[in-house]
Amino acid sequence: MSILLIAEQDGETLARASQSALSAASLLKGEITAVVTAEGDKTQKKIVDKLAALKGVKKVLLVKNKRFLHEDAEAFATALVPIAQNFKYIVAAATGYGKNLMPRLAALIDKQQISDITEILAENRFRRPIYAGNAIATIETSDSIIPLTIRATAFEPVEEQDQPAPIEEIEITGSAEHSLAEFIDEKISSSERPELTSARIVISGGRGMQASENFQMIEKIADKLKAAVGASRAAVDAGYVTNDYQVGQTGKIVAPELYIAVGISGAIQHLAGMKDSKVIVAINKDPDAPIFRIADYRLVADLFVALPELDKALE
Amino acid sequence: MKILVPVKRVLDAYVTARVKPDNSGVVTDNVKMSLNPFCEIALEQAIRLREQGIATEVIVATIGEQRAEEVLRTALAVGADKAMRVNAPNQTEPLVVAKLLKAIAQKEQIKLCLMGKQAIDNDNNQTGQMLAALLGWGQATFVSKLEVQGKVARATREIDGGLQIREMKLPAVITVDLRLNEPRYASLPNIMKARKIPISTIEPQSLGVEVLERLKIIEVVEPPKRETGIEVESAAELVNALKNKEKII
Repeated sequence: MSILLIAEQDGETLARASQSALSAASLLKGEITAVVTAEGDKTQKKIVDKLAALKGVKKVLLVKNKRFLHEDAEAFATALVPIAQNFKYIVAAATGYGKNLMPRLAALIDKQQISDITEILAENRFRRPIYAGNAIATIETSDSIIPLTIRATAFEPVEEQDQPAPIEEIEITGSAEHSLAEFIDEKISSSERPELTSARIVISGGRGMQASENFQMIEKIADKLKAAVGASRAAVDAGYVTNDYQVGQTGKIVAPELYIAVGISGAIQHLAGMKDSKVIVAINKDPDAPIFRIADYRLVADLFVALPELDKALE
Repeated sequence: MKILVPVKRVLDAYVTARVKPDNSGVVTDNVKMSLNPFCEIALEQAIRLREQGIATEVIVATIGEQRAEEVLRTALAVGADKAMRVNAPNQTEPLVVAKLLKAIAQKEQIKLCLMGKQAIDNDNNQTGQMLAALLGWGQATFVSKLEVQGKVARATREIDGGLQIREMKLPAVITVDLRLNEPRYASLPNIMKARKIPISTIEPQSLGVEVLERLKIIEVVEPPKRETGIEVESAAELVNALKNKEKII
């Protein structure tokens, strides 16, 4: 019995979600082999070295292929098939990257994936949220190889270092799948603030923000709190902020120590993305807003009055 | 070019799921059921491609029991040309669904499969990627913009860091995200007309697929409840509580 961890990186750093996936993998029985794709430069070497030194990693398989960095699921899944056959578990974080790749690989090896698990109960028994987190299902599988994606917020990321594991470079030659799709371009939002899914504090704005420029009020407070900025689907749909800000059932799942919801009514789909936060603060002028039902601290106020006050109180 | 749009009947997005008292699942009897919102968006895009003269026919398919046909009627009323139901349990596992859809796609000579990125009941987010794998086609998941020209589809994907554009040779599978389009409503005359369109029923065996159950649901429970919070009067009081009581800022 052994575990294949598909680790993820964005060209700059190893994904923290992968460190959470490693944490989940460490709860399963078996040695962990991590596979990662990287290019040859210095930053990339640092990422691979960091992965190799994380506690629990027994071996790293390094795939040097630039294409795979851009979520080239078609070719990468095909390349992983012969490797995956030797493992009992295949584990990845339930990030955009993992969600895109894992089902493709699972289908190629004819195994039924279990998505977004939050708890490991036994070697073949897992817990996962369904219906936007309004119910929690316990699932048992009879498959011989188990592909799993991990909800990163449910597992504390592994930080501890150990003896660096050996790194083995593997050659993956072009397959027919290489010609199925072509990467054209990427528009990656850059921010000096902490990454949304791993930030200790998140402050999010909703439809109540009314305009894109009003998010500056939230950003000012975020900078004082060293917080990440998020948004509800309504705010993204309205074009106030870009899609990578979205917290919710179909956006990003966060569980920070402190979540501040500003001008967010609290639709089921938004709550699904943040209700496991440790402390929830809601600021809304509607006292009946559903967000208040899950908030630890309720401030019933007009956000255009409350935000400047909050900003001042933080000085 | 024929487009296949797989659709699913799910608990309506505005109904809060309730766990059954015996913990065997979520209550779906006597509650409002609807076409999965992501499927609606996929269907809308398929119909637009037909209206633009890029597609010739939009076929909708669902996997489920008799009542699943309700969403096929909805799809026909919105503008799908043809509907079929594979007679299998409502909660057939994604890999089996993908195998059934593969057989349909091959039989119907589909060139583009447009589908929701996930169903809002089980939130699996698997079927599209699995279907693409089984067919050996290219895939673009979480798509918020789509252009089809000749034999190439250019898709903008919503990824964790922002947006990504990739081009796929057709045939391909596209799974759609929320911001791709605003689905239309069916008009009353079209709803009436859709009632008369025959829906074909297909048995899984005739597609050469065995409906296996590899996953067993042991129990379904409610998530832990959060305690009722406290109301603060001002931002200053809030900051004070977060600093001195919670000690998180």
